[in-house]
Amino acid sequence: MANALKNRVSHIQLDKCKTGISGLDEITEGGLPRGRPTLVCGAAGCGKTLLAMEFIVRGITEFNEPGVFMSFEETAEELVKNVASLGFDVDGLVRRKKLAMDYVRIERSEIEVTGEYDLEGLFVRLGSAIDAVGAKRVALDTIEALFAGLPNEAILRAELRRLFRWLKDKGVTAIITVEQGQNTLTRHGLEEYVSDCVIFLDHRVHNQVATRRLRVIKYRGSKHGTNEYPTLIDEDGLSVLPISSLELNYPVSEERVSSGIGRLDAMMGGKGYYRGSSILISGTAGTGKTSLAAAFADKTCRSGGRCLYFSFEESPEQILRNMRSIGIDLNRWRKKGLLRFNSVRPTLFGLEMHLASIHKMVKDFKPQSVIMDPLTNMMSIGEADEVKAMFTRVIDFLKSQGITTIFTSLTAGGDALEQSEIGISSLMDTWLLVRMLETSGERNRLLYILKSRGMAHSNQMREFVLSDDGIKLVDVYIGPGEVLTGSARLGQESQDRAKALAAEQATAVRRRELDQEEANLKNQADTIAARMAMIKAERKAAKQSDLHRLEQVEKNQAGLAAARKAD
Amino acid sequence: MKQRKADKTASKSRESKEHWDLRLYVAGQTARAVAAFANLQKICEDHLPGQYRIEVIDLLKNPQLAKGDQILAVPTLVRKLPEPVRKIIGDLSNTERVLVGLDLRPRD
Repeated sequence: MANALKNRVSHIQLDKCKTGISGLDEITEGGLPRGRPTLVCGAAGCGKTLLAMEFIVRGITEFNEPGVFMSFEETAEELVKNVASLGFDVDGLVRRKKLAMDYVRIERSEIEVTGEYDLEGLFVRLGSAIDAVGAKRVALDTIEALFAGLPNEAILRAELRRLFRWLKDKGVTAIITVEQGQNTLTRHGLEEYVSDCVIFLDHRVHNQVATRRLRVIKYRGSKHGTNEYPTLIDEDGLSVLPISSLELNYPVSEERVSSGIGRLDAMMGGKGYYRGSSILISGTAGTGKTSLAAAFADKTCRSGGRCLYFSFEESPEQILRNMRSIGIDLNRWRKKGLLRFNSVRPTLFGLEMHLASIHKMVKDFKPQSVIMDPLTNMMSIGEADEVKAMFTRVIDFLKSQGITTIFTSLTAGGDALEQSEIGISSLMDTWLLVRMLETSGERNRLLYILKSRGMAHSNQMREFVLSDDGIKLVDVYIGPGEVLTGSARLGQESQDRAKALAAEQATAVRRRELDQEEANLKNQADTIAARMAMIKAERKAAKQSDLHRLEQVEKNQAGLAAARKAD
Repeated sequence: MKQRKADKTASKSRESKEHWDLRLYVAGQTARAVAAFANLQKICEDHLPGQYRIEVIDLLKNPQLAKGDQILAVPTLVRKLPEPVRKIIGDLSNTERVLVGLDLRPRD
């Protein structure tokens, strides 16, 4: 028993304190180290203050842990105003005695230093604030202001070291924000003192697009995600996107979902896509990628599911109109709330923001299927590998949610068809290729399945026809050494039909001839038989008359002999 | 021990010139606090005889008072009067700096 208990104790995880900040708790596997200080460093404007404030506010509102926010840079009024836009009612929390705010102003010009001092005043202030609300959480933002306001770094360092120890002794979970240094993590090397957990925030501009990132540099006694995670600040505060899960362990489904086109389902073993798989439809301009995607959206909604449609090129109205023209009425689904469009220009914001908004909308709407049309437009907002990384995350995320996703990808004119621009084809489970075939003065669409993992899919090319009443897949004409589509196919088909008709007619004629001949022969046979019978009868008659005649002769001879009285 | 102790000196003479209102913030009776008070009293007696008042505030007893004067470090001497407010941090062992800080001696 005791032994068992001991074993259990050794496996107990570090006690963690949830931040309530979406994503951060996942990266840190449960939050910040409870009862210890955490250092948050980063350059100006990277969201340190917000992170600290959110930690405190969410601590109160979500976990009922009162907090103290000590600011060295902004006055309490400024802070309240700044975070009010995020829906944080800081004033209310202060009134309810859940939150204590203290603004520490240090004016170097007012201060003269004569001899030794310590920061007991700060401790006292912090201590009384903690006691006033019974705080479990403390934020110090930005403590490095002390270095600017007070001379004698040696004393400051010693005092800060004491402060961090003191915070630990108080048992409060603390966030201490510090400025990023030139080549160091923090300007004054404070990471030496706060060694339990260090979080780094970054805000960089690349190709005129600003992106925020967050990284957990160190977390003593706990494992944590080590990557840089895209982060964003929106009307709900900070969110971190731990989307590139480190493991490929999402559940897979055996369930199949129809593509919305019967013939296409037939090409995939008669059942369609796997639920939760990712499908790429690639092709050159105007090959009907959007139509294929829309057919799937329609099918999803038809069977009662929800579909989220990200369009990066066309407005919802345009898509609705265009799809109506091929007999797919998406508007009814939109009205029913089963279909939701999100049309944004890719350049509107950075990759991370897109990623985040995709993430958010998916969590919000909980769709069964997602369409991204077209993927390729995203290329314009980042480096190829960044875009790829982002889509890896998107795909990972959607797969982990069991959402079937269709991506369309525009292949540029000269490129090889079997090459998707972003190089994400390897991430796709099913890849449909739509291409144009130019023959005899017309362009026709061909569709085939380049790959489809986990199913015996057809190797056939199908002609893909967009008509007023939907999408049809038609067998192409495969003649000797050629593939015919469009009117050539139609021509060939009618030729074939004519030939068949001719052949049929020829057979009929021949049959009639034979019948005729047969009849003739029969007639002849009948005549012969009649003749034979006649002959027979004649023969019989002749025989009879012969006998009769002989008899007559005998009679005559006998009569003659009698008459002559011969002996 | 030190609290309000200085009042006797403050009330002594008010007739001449400006009145000096000084506050010394400390946190408990540490050696540094005691030294600071002794240093301050000496400086005042030497340079402001009869026209000063020292109020000692122990933050351990009145922590809420730290906010008002924005006290971080202790000991901190705050010159409330004459205006403008000045703050001098430390044990006041460097008399020259204290005099400069209190504007009793021009800065070089």
